[in-house]
Amino acid sequence: MNWTWFYKLGSPKWFYETANKLLPWFLWIGVLMLVIGTVWGLVFAPEDYQQGNSFRIIYLHVPSAILAQSCYMMMAVAAIISLVWKMKLADMFIASAAPIGAAFTFLALFTGAVWGKPTWGTWWVWDARLTAMLVLLFLYFGVIALKSALENIDLASRASAILVLVGVVNIPIIKYSVEWWNTLHQPATFTLTEKPAMPPEMWMPLLVMVLGMYCFFTAVALMRMKNEILLRERRTKWVKTIISEDIKR
Amino acid sequence: MSFETFTEFLLMGGHALYVWLSYGVGLFIILLVYIQPILARRSIIQELAQRQRRDVQNNKVSNEEVAQGNLSQDKGGSE
Repeated sequence: MNWTWFYKLGSPKWFYETANKLLPWFLWIGVLMLVIGTVWGLVFAPEDYQQGNSFRIIYLHVPSAILAQSCYMMMAVAAIISLVWKMKLADMFIASAAPIGAAFTFLALFTGAVWGKPTWGTWWVWDARLTAMLVLLFLYFGVIALKSALENIDLASRASAILVLVGVVNIPIIKYSVEWWNTLHQPATFTLTEKPAMPPEMWMPLLVMVLGMYCFFTAVALMRMKNEILLRERRTKWVKTIISEDIKR
Repeated sequence: MSFETFTEFLLMGGHALYVWLSYGVGLFIILLVYIQPILARRSIIQELAQRQRRDVQNNKVSNEEVAQGNLSQDKGGSE
């Protein structure tokens, strides 16, 4: 098997150039899917027979919650790579993904609260699922704080990778909280093994939103990683060339 | 389409506050996540360009074409 791609991944210059090429695709496909999914979900999906139109919040709530969790899992994989192989790019991914993950965890919590008011009659309960999501938000804050507090990059990358890995226990708690405890929160909308309980007119826009969120996430994560690369590789000749060419424009 | 009129769409069957509040904040968050790295890139490039110019001035000996390009721009091509 050819392993050169793995070594190439370790090269910030190669990554920067590849990210430049891929970025517009992810960005515009992501934005397009988010627009289509939103219009589809808000205008064309049928209303819920119990919840009426407040159920349309699902098209924002579920995709951001899914993204919030898978972003953390990606960070955990990056943390292992960063600890074992000391790959700089893995650490840059953690630094870049944490703020995005925090933003979408916040959005999931916020839309959940707004949805909870008309559905459950309350903005917030200390329900297992909700509490675990709040813990996820604080884990993201912890990673961001650790990254900005430690000046030494090696130390910061090791400390944040360990924090990310410790926090992984929270992910199965979020996932299975609705099964382990009696919660207000309903079980998962999408599972790999079963058909969704909703009719296709309802879940198809949701699927479009989830895929759109992933594309958008990839695009902004690449944008942030490019920034990280410029900062950390500022002493290399190729970054200096990029800087001087960019400033001339 | 599940709404007869545009007003009906805006009213969301009495759930307008909840639906539009969610989507409003959602749009805000998505824009924020998108714009933040663009602004960050701008300030990183400015700072690094400044640092390059300073390095060149300190060293006086410019052994890099890139740095020379910046210096001549900065001082009106005096070097």
